[in-house]
Amino acid sequence: MLLFWPIIIPILTAVATLLAWRSTEMQRGLSIFGAFGLLLAAIQVFSVVEQTGPVASQGGGWIAPYGITLVADLLSATMVLLTGIVAVAIVVFSINDVSAEEEHFGFHPLIHSVLTGICGAFLTGDIFNMYVWFEVMLIATFGLLVIGGGKAQFDGAVKYVGLNLIATVAFIAGIGLLYGTTGALNMADLHGRLEGRSGEAVVLASAAFLFFAFASKAALFPLNFWLPASYHTPCSSTSALFSALLTKVGIYAIIRVFTLVYEIDGTVFVPLMYAAAIATMFFGAMGSLSHTHVRRILGYSIIASVGFMLLGLAIGTELAMAGAAFYLTQDVLTKVGLFLAAGAAARLTGSELFARSGGIWKARIGFSLLFLIPALSLAGVPPFAGFWAKLLLVKAALDVNGYISTFMILAAGFLMLYAMGRIWAAVFWSAHPAGEQVIKERFGAPTLLPLLAVSALIIFIGVYAGTFVNLALQIGRDLVDPTAYIQTVLGEGTVE
Amino acid sequence: MEIMLAIIAGTLVAAGAYLMMSGRTLPYIFGLTMISNAANIIIFASGRLTFGVPPLVPDGAQTVTDAANALPQALILTAIVIGFGLLVFALALAYRSYYVLGTAQMDHMNSSEPGKEVGP
Repeated sequence: MLLFWPIIIPILTAVATLLAWRSTEMQRGLSIFGAFGLLLAAIQVFSVVEQTGPVASQGGGWIAPYGITLVADLLSATMVLLTGIVAVAIVVFSINDVSAEEEHFGFHPLIHSVLTGICGAFLTGDIFNMYVWFEVMLIATFGLLVIGGGKAQFDGAVKYVGLNLIATVAFIAGIGLLYGTTGALNMADLHGRLEGRSGEAVVLASAAFLFFAFASKAALFPLNFWLPASYHTPCSSTSALFSALLTKVGIYAIIRVFTLVYEIDGTVFVPLMYAAAIATMFFGAMGSLSHTHVRRILGYSIIASVGFMLLGLAIGTELAMAGAAFYLTQDVLTKVGLFLAAGAAARLTGSELFARSGGIWKARIGFSLLFLIPALSLAGVPPFAGFWAKLLLVKAALDVNGYISTFMILAAGFLMLYAMGRIWAAVFWSAHPAGEQVIKERFGAPTLLPLLAVSALIIFIGVYAGTFVNLALQIGRDLVDPTAYIQTVLGEGTVE
Repeated sequence: MEIMLAIIAGTLVAAGAYLMMSGRTLPYIFGLTMISNAANIIIFASGRLTFGVPPLVPDGAQTVTDAANALPQALILTAIVIGFGLLVFALALAYRSYYVLGTAQMDHMNSSEPGKEVGP
């Protein structure tokens, strides 16, 4: 039952907020309550998994592989915990951020529907069930994109919807081929059934479909064009949720499926992943240098970050997987911190364009630091969390003599530092073109507390890195050798 | 039978891709629907194709042997339901974006692109 709570709580919250449709105050209260509930459930799942290893629940009491299984190993549990943290941060931040119109048209129910889909996708052990959770997540994000109702929102939504639906079709086609050749949908069961078959054409074809689908969701180059077209259009709470978790679900699915289900060693997927990772890092870093709009730059930084994680998977050693997992987890916090701070900064200056903003450092030093901390973490400056993720990846790349990978990690890190420096110089340091008196708004607790909490976590992870690196190494070991995961799902004695 | 389904799926994908490249929202959605139906046919074919064999366990036997696997059919049902929901949303979005943006040509939809920022 433990594993059902992170899915049940957000969906019940979504229903409750829908019932409270007429009163936005009540919706807010329920929404915050639900977000804290999700966080508590996630902490519970994480502490159990951290102490006892992977946990599985069989839906409806059907033994695996016949029923739908929910599984939490350390990676899933960590991602669910981060989802809980992000949920609280965003719902609290949204109090002063979301327009009355968006709140009226169902911001809170949609946010919790997205959270339901995300938690479901992290926890499921069944590939078709994962498709269903992806759709739950997708349809709710469609709603969140358009409730603003402006021209930019609709334009962004057309591109987002159009390109994501292609990925959806590829996902279902891949599942069809996979089921046709193995007769199984349970991912732990698939692992056994596909053993030694990684060269067969139908297996490769299904893997290609799934890789295409997940790569589109994760915004890997060249399937990323929906992201910069849409992520800067909704309100900043919404885009913080998207940036922190949606692409992460895609990369989580790649990591899960291509370590547990398929053996990729020696197949075409290893060079493909190297190429995609390096191209994504390069394209994301370059894109973030070519814009003068804060959230557009941050949108490209999401793309660059996804490249780092895929690179870890492509290298494929325990240390590299640990690096990918560490990057994945700290990047959730970094991105939510950056997007929320960017949203708050836009409220101060009245614009997200470089040409029409500035002067925040002089007027609000404390708040400026709350942007600086996630920005430096993104660039990989010690002592923040992002530094250790890059360190693990560089070490892993050097261990296998991957000099091009090493160079790209360092180069992309440097370019991200430069991109963040551009935002810092234009929005915080330079004077506001309309004079200082423009900056009037005094932030209340709902704006500052989530930012403070996220920054504190980024520093905490960076300073007490030993604990978190050990967790990441454990995740890396589990990913390279999924025996414990499979035994938890299928029972003892099923793995030779 | 499988060859026939494969040809149908291939034709649907080809026609769908052609429609999707027209650059207008409505043909794009029709093309997408065709491709998602092609995906459904792929799943259908993956569960073995049999004529006139109901998936009933004969008297005295433990399992069905000759009938088609019923699970892919359940998967298709789920995929159809989800696909239908997405189709309805996409149609509503196409209508609404035509209304708000004043065009159904994707090349002319550029309100979210650099230099088009309205207001703040």
